[in-house]
Amino acid sequence: MQPNEGAVPRADFSLRRVGAMVLRYWYLLRGSWPRILELAYWPTMQMILWGYINQFMASSSGGGSGWVAQGAGVLVSAVLLWDVLFRGQLGVSISFLEEMWSRNLGHLFVSPLRPGEWVTALMTMSLLRTLIGVLPAAGLAIPFFGYSVFALGLPLAAFFANLIVLGWSLGLLIVALILRYGMGAEGLAWIVVFMLAPVSAVYYPVSVLPAWLQPVALALPSAHVFEGMRALVFDGTLRWDHLAWAVGLNMVYMAGGIAVFLYAFHQARVRGALLQSGE
Amino acid sequence: MTSRPSAAALSAAAQSPAIRADGLTKRFPTPDGRGVTAVDAISVTVPRGSVTGLLGGNGAGKTTTISMLLGLLLPTAGTVEILGVDMARHRHAVLPRMNFSSPYVELPHRLTVRENLTVYAHLYGLTCVKKRVQDLAEHLDLSRFLDRPSGGLSAGQKTRVALAKALLNDPELLLLDEPTASLDPDTADWIRTYLERYRLRTGATILLASHNMLEVERLCDGVLMMRQGRIVDRGAPSALLARYGRQTLEEVFLDIARAPDDRILAGEAADAAE
Repeated sequence: MQPNEGAVPRADFSLRRVGAMVLRYWYLLRGSWPRILELAYWPTMQMILWGYINQFMASSSGGGSGWVAQGAGVLVSAVLLWDVLFRGQLGVSISFLEEMWSRNLGHLFVSPLRPGEWVTALMTMSLLRTLIGVLPAAGLAIPFFGYSVFALGLPLAAFFANLIVLGWSLGLLIVALILRYGMGAEGLAWIVVFMLAPVSAVYYPVSVLPAWLQPVALALPSAHVFEGMRALVFDGTLRWDHLAWAVGLNMVYMAGGIAVFLYAFHQARVRGALLQSGE
Repeated sequence: MTSRPSAAALSAAAQSPAIRADGLTKRFPTPDGRGVTAVDAISVTVPRGSVTGLLGGNGAGKTTTISMLLGLLLPTAGTVEILGVDMARHRHAVLPRMNFSSPYVELPHRLTVRENLTVYAHLYGLTCVKKRVQDLAEHLDLSRFLDRPSGGLSAGQKTRVALAKALLNDPELLLLDEPTASLDPDTADWIRTYLERYRLRTGATILLASHNMLEVERLCDGVLMMRQGRIVDRGAPSALLARYGRQTLEEVFLDIARAPDDRILAGEAADAAE
């Protein structure tokens, strides 16, 4: 009789296996300093660009009467929070693509790893990659423009959480599409999130959008986050209604993202795509 | 959603063969809508502790069969039990007790050998991970390149690393897809010797798909011959040699590969009746 015979199977969800997958992606990241630099590069460049635009618009709009001038750093906050959404989505998609590029799915899913554990690891890595990318940019905004996004206080954590969760939902949708259509759909990882940018009202209020587009915007958690951010910056008030909408919509989007991913994963097992993945 | 097998089911599982597949079928859709049957209602029983060769030409259905046994590919019809556990319902209960290696499924190139083995050791829930990786590195002669990226290794080195990954959890069932493909004779012999010793030491069951008939004759107690998705003959290598009146398994392979379909199907029916 083998030592494991008759043993009670291990728990359905194992944090250790989640940790193993996080370790796998961490090894990859730490093994290449250009990769770490690249994570912080774009958020920092974007922050500097929008910071100067913010300064220019504030100084050229009547010395304080203009919209931007009334809310110091509103565009810097917007670009940093937008990057949370973008990096959150990219973090899930890129970690997944690493497995496709290295043709590793076959090994992973003959191990005891479960899809839910893998998804949790993808999300954990997304959080790490986002923090590595956005924190240096947020820190540099202080000496560059005398503006600290951290001055938003605790609501910043709520904005961050809602945007990264929406990023994860999008990431899972993209993973599902790549599982379904193969590496031909790889490019979606870099472009899909930008479809949301105009209707997320990142740099302008939802009211700027045409009337027919406003309901579309308000169906996105991101639009509620950016509306809430502007209310906090301009009026110093926390709009609980926007926060509640963002949380509620995120629950729907996340449930949808998980359902689509699990369906695509099941279909990949039907079609044999787990063993034939890769370029 | 899978549930946990009961204690009674686990007890019964202890008496079962290593692999039992019944009516295993896989059909893939095709653009013309007709579909292609890659594996056609095969039934297989592999006893515990045996080494069984899965032979057949390219496209015979070997890799598809192994994928279904591993649970990577869902069958269109039929059932698979591994170590007595129903793979459709309790796959995750048995995965820690089996493992797999194939030259066509690679480990991440940019991770070092040590990093790859460490990640998989954690996935298999091993304790004393560092020691286990070190021990395997010594047994499989990996120590010299343990800290080199896996992608930069030679074919022989990659095969040994893949074998190390497959042996991390001391599997009771080891599925190997062409374990010595593209290796020089010296390295291939080294791998075969290691597999023989592993089986002797642990009593593990090995199912290997191979195109190397000498390898099969040397390692295997039993052989399953596949053609066009079906198992068209089976038996011990010596029994197959006697049945076909041949000196080598390669000649038997060629007889089966080149035989007209009706003769093969008649042989299969006789085998099933037997």
